[in-house]
Amino acid sequence: MANDTQFRTCPDTGLKIHLPAEKLIKTNAVVAVVFLLVGGLFGLSVALTRWPAVHFLPADWFYLALTAHGLDVLLVWIIFFEMAILYFASAILLGCRLAAPKLAWVGFWLMLVGAVMTNVVVLMGESSVMFTSYVPMQADPLFYLGIILFAVGALLCCCCFFGTLVIAKNEKTYEGSVPLVTFGAITAAIIAVFTIASGAIILIPTLMWSVGLVSYIDPLMYKVVWWAMGHSSQQINVSAHVAVWYLIAAVIFGAKPLSEKVSRTAFLLYILFLQLGSVHHLLVEPGLSSEYKIFNTSYAMYLAVLASMIHGLTVPGSIEAAQREKGFNKGLFEWLRKAPWGNPAFSGMFLSLVMFGFLGGITGVILGTEQINLIMHNTLYVPGHFHGTVVAGTTLAFMAVTYLLVPLIFRKEILFPKMAQWQPYVFAIGVTGLSVFMMGAGTLGVPRRHWDITFTDAAMSFDFPGAAYLMLGLNGVSAVVASLGGAMFIIVVVGSLLFGKTKGEAAPAPAAEAPPTTAAAQYGSAAHLEVPGTFALAMVFLVSFVLYYFVNWKYLAETWGLS
Amino acid sequence: MAISPPEQRIWWNEPIGRNEVLWIGIGLIWCIIMFFMMPYWHLEGQQNPPTEGYRISSDDYATKAEAAAAEYTVGTWGETDVPVVSPPPGSDIYMIARLWEWWPVFELQKGETYRLHLASLDWLHGFSLQPVNLNLQIHPGYEMVATITPTETGEFGIVCNEFCGIGHHLMLGKMIVVEK
Ligand code: HEM
Ligand SMILES: [Cu+2]
Ligand SMILES: [Cu+2]
Repeated sequence: MANDTQFRTCPDTGLKIHLPAEKLIKTNAVVAVVFLLVGGLFGLSVALTRWPAVHFLPADWFYLALTAHGLDVLLVWIIFFEMAILYFASAILLGCRLAAPKLAWVGFWLMLVGAVMTNVVVLMGESSVMFTSYVPMQADPLFYLGIILFAVGALLCCCCFFGTLVIAKNEKTYEGSVPLVTFGAITAAIIAVFTIASGAIILIPTLMWSVGLVSYIDPLMYKVVWWAMGHSSQQINVSAHVAVWYLIAAVIFGAKPLSEKVSRTAFLLYILFLQLGSVHHLLVEPGLSSEYKIFNTSYAMYLAVLASMIHGLTVPGSIEAAQREKGFNKGLFEWLRKAPWGNPAFSGMFLSLVMFGFLGGITGVILGTEQINLIMHNTLYVPGHFHGTVVAGTTLAFMAVTYLLVPLIFRKEILFPKMAQWQPYVFAIGVTGLSVFMMGAGTLGVPRRHWDITFTDAAMSFDFPGAAYLMLGLNGVSAVVASLGGAMFIIVVVGSLLFGKTKGEAAPAPAAEAPPTTAAAQYGSAAHLEVPGTFALAMVFLVSFVLYYFVNWKYLAETWGLS
Repeated sequence: MAISPPEQRIWWNEPIGRNEVLWIGIGLIWCIIMFFMMPYWHLEGQQNPPTEGYRISSDDYATKAEAAAAEYTVGTWGETDVPVVSPPPGSDIYMIARLWEWWPVFELQKGETYRLHLASLDWLHGFSLQPVNLNLQIHPGYEMVATITPTETGEFGIVCNEFCGIGHHLMLGKMIVVEK
């Protein structure tokens, strides 16, 4: 069983690495990146089509590419990568053997077969139903089957993760409580189980409906249950990328959480509240009462928003504390100025944090306000918002952590370090543009998932304002920049894996003996480190949030009366 | 570090720093304010998502909508055969969403209130009144009743903003608002 030949010790960090776990991490991460490439190309072609001056794809290909884009990036790229993170946060961080690697491989193959199957049926046409696949529009049965296989595979991987936690506990591979990053991963995995269960409840009947075994699926019920899956799956992403932020802060700065209690409670809030908060996708649906909508979006969502606001303070706060400990104490921001901005793991992580808050977070809360949703629902504002969360936040965080995984897990030196250094910035600029300009177009009423807002072939005519065209053009340019950033990432990663110098097993730097910085509060000690710089940044965030929130109420107040 | 077990085994007794406590307090207050904005707007605001809705059969809805339109038809829209309907203020008006049209075209009066019924006869559609930018989700089998009060005159577009198949981008309707 757990014989020592299955382990190696990382010469850089001193971590004990279970080789079968390492292999799974590598494979899952590589497959994830391949799907990011495929999905990213679909995204670029979609954005170029929405740029009226380019109008790249014909209508049927546009809807096909949009369906594939949503599936490949939101589902396949992110979840494969999350599986790698789960294995890392359990087996590697706890220095434990992975439970049932065979089961993990079955899970992996199910996910891969499911993903490929869905891609193939989408590419054959006839299944351009968008990744949401709202009934009564029907896709090929294999479309649903592929997603179900993918989800079952992911469930098996979660089981291996939980099993590993049990083994680590029993074999006492660590002392006390699990590390915070593992705690975050546990949060993600628990939400994942809930997500997959909801997915099964809705997709299995839909599969049966598509082959004629079930005669009717209520479209409103479908949306309610589908979003119990769709929304919670976003919370897996949030929990996972917040855990990644803490991970990167720890590896690069030796940063400790300001307070274990606060950070862990914040993760717990995600489990308790986020999963219920899915009705913000249904705010302008027929027949749902206002009481239910307000309860669900505020009680259930705002406490989770609070949790994200807490992490938004404690992650940079822990970095500030660590930096101040090292003597970067001048003024409010020396700690930040002297941070390693040339290290893509840090810059990617920090950009991810800032953009997730400012672009994704604020806009998400506003979009999810019962009445304000009236002026945004299904406009391009919605994709603008979630490119701020899931691309700027999650994807960029995952890219950043890859720069740590390549040397640590793959034992390769980063090829093209200059390109790696620039990559997070290029990607961040592109994604900021995507997010901001789609939101701008959405504010002007431009619909999402729409091939032609000039309505050239329609029986009637309508002209969107010139500014809307400008926004879509700028969005196209941003898409090119973002794709360039994505391509740089893939070139660096694939290049390093194929042609990078293998890192020597020498230089056993005992860095893992927890750098003796006592950045965080010591229990019982009066010497509390304050983080005034981070607090100032948090106040900037709050002021922006409040202003933008009320600006949108003002927009709403100016439109027609409706009740 | 966040990648190793907490230094203090009894970490839940650690005191919390001042900045953190302050931020949590501020955040909580802000969340409560955001919560109260929603009920407040139901009392004081003019724009609230409609909550009136019924389960219906598509056939019945189509019959009802066609009958209601026939009563007040004043012409057809441009080159199309879509009727232009000018219902009396305060009345119930019935709009059909179907692949790929919004039917009929209503002529409403500014400042008057109408009970706008909306339902799809086939797939999901998105009612998106432009450039007003009011958006509602339309389902088959469900009738939504939105009480609307136009506050400006002119010719408005009704875009479909829920993907409804290959003709989605052809689905465009009209609404006219005239002075009383
Ligand atoms: C180069 C990178 C990317 C570009 C240029 C891009 C661009 C776009 C554009 C233009 C849309 C279409 C909006 C519409 O017409 O409704 C879109 C939709 C979407 N994107 Fe991206 N995107 C990129 C990366 C990503 C990533 C990494 C993710 C997820 C992690 C993502 C998730 C989505 C989703 C879920 C949709 C919605 C699809 C739908 O409406 O069914 N995108 N993207
Ligand atoms: Cu439609
Ligand atoms: Cu449509």
